[in-house]
Amino acid sequence: MATAIKVNDLPKTEVPAAQRPAPKMSARKVNLWYGQKQALFDVDIDVAKNSVVALIGPSGCGKSTFLRCLNRMNDTIDGCRIEGDIRLDGRDIYDRSVDVVQLRQQVGMVFQKPNPFPKSIYENVAYGPRIHGLATNKAEFDEIVETSLKGAGLWNEVADRLSQPGNSLSGGQQQRLCIARAIAVAPEVILMDEPCSALDPIATAKIEELIDELRQHFTICIVTHNMQQAARVSQKTAFFHLGKLIEFGDTDEIFTNPKQQMTQDYITGRFG
Amino acid sequence: MSMTESGPIKKHLVRSYDDDIEQITRLITEMGAIVEQQVAFATQALADGDEHAARSVIDRDPQVDALEERLDQTAIRVLAIRQPMAIDLRIIAMALKISNDLERMGDYAVNIAKRVIRLQSQTRIRTIPTMVMMSEMCQEMVKDILDAYIARDPDKAMAVWKRDQEVDNAHNSVFRELLTYMLEDPRKITPCIDLIFIAKNLERIGDHATNIAEKIHYMIHGDEINRSRDDEQ
Repeated sequence: MATAIKVNDLPKTEVPAAQRPAPKMSARKVNLWYGQKQALFDVDIDVAKNSVVALIGPSGCGKSTFLRCLNRMNDTIDGCRIEGDIRLDGRDIYDRSVDVVQLRQQVGMVFQKPNPFPKSIYENVAYGPRIHGLATNKAEFDEIVETSLKGAGLWNEVADRLSQPGNSLSGGQQQRLCIARAIAVAPEVILMDEPCSALDPIATAKIEELIDELRQHFTICIVTHNMQQAARVSQKTAFFHLGKLIEFGDTDEIFTNPKQQMTQDYITGRFG
Repeated sequence: MSMTESGPIKKHLVRSYDDDIEQITRLITEMGAIVEQQVAFATQALADGDEHAARSVIDRDPQVDALEERLDQTAIRVLAIRQPMAIDLRIIAMALKISNDLERMGDYAVNIAKRVIRLQSQTRIRTIPTMVMMSEMCQEMVKDILDAYIARDPDKAMAVWKRDQEVDNAHNSVFRELLTYMLEDPRKITPCIDLIFIAKNLERIGDHATNIAEKIHYMIHGDEINRSRDDEQ
């Protein structure tokens, strides 16, 4: 009778820890302060490889803050202090030996508002590979640009106008251009911070369709205010409230039968 | 977390959403009240050979169907405009299923009424005490399952669910009894066949009551009822 929203790829039965595939990213006891104010409290989350994890919760609950911990985007914020352990393939990303630029190549990001560079469509995609030295000649760049634009579902719409400015595209196209830019550097994980909130329903549907395809090659962590979207695109959902992780579980479970009262109140619109 | 563990459900931020859910619950309750009466009248018709009661059951059936239709429309509209989640989704999805069970129960009551009317023209046999008992058991189950729905009480629903075994047992013994009558006197075959069908209809009403019990359990707990009737077998 269970109302399945999306079949979960992960095994339902508890597999002994030793046999379980190691998570792509794992966070343990993550605490974060902005100055004196604590924004995250003991957050534990595992992100499985080739899965989509959705982070939901009311504004100011810490979900974006947590997302930004995963590629150290919070490092740039003054007075921000992080404790705890965040690992990518078992490697501590806050270790002193980690090159942050390298990390952000492995863990890419797509933001709420499409933010193409004030350059051509081609250059938007080729920029990352160029600074990371992923291609050396025109042919290689051409190939990366084409593959990335195809991966972002944008190629057919822009193939004949690659030299036009990126910001001449529609909002939805710009967001897909940003996704193409993110995947051009061959990341392993893609973080998305409300990628559809500035888009119309059709552009949103295209991005959602894209997320499902991207999952074949990447691991995705997405912050969204749209609960139906979280239910549709993710396999696991994490519900945050006031900096605490209230519930983390299979998306099917969270949206049909959450374990915590607070989760239920939030997703059914009974908060406050 | 279930509703019983957490007390009454809180109100939605959008008040009209609460009104929608309440309307759905009210339609089920209203439909259930009529079906409960239908079963009661059918039971009375069977016990007393009351043809008037039997006819009233037949006459009222369209009301049940109309309510089912209204419930379907309301539920579909709420699904479309609210995109319900969790407990809300379960309440609405289960209302759609429960209304289906209730509608079937109503149909069985009508079948019983029709056969009771036919039996009145027969002189040989009109009913047997075990059947009257069985029909009263079913009527009680229908009443209790509706109470469980209104109270959103999974324990009460579970109690009804467990009682289905008694109805099944009664059904078996009715069947055996009628079989002996038919063997004794072939002229009793026609009325006995009618009675066997009535017993079958009653047994089905009991089954639908247990279906509703399972749906109440799912609505509240979000998981399936434990199907082993452990304390009986």
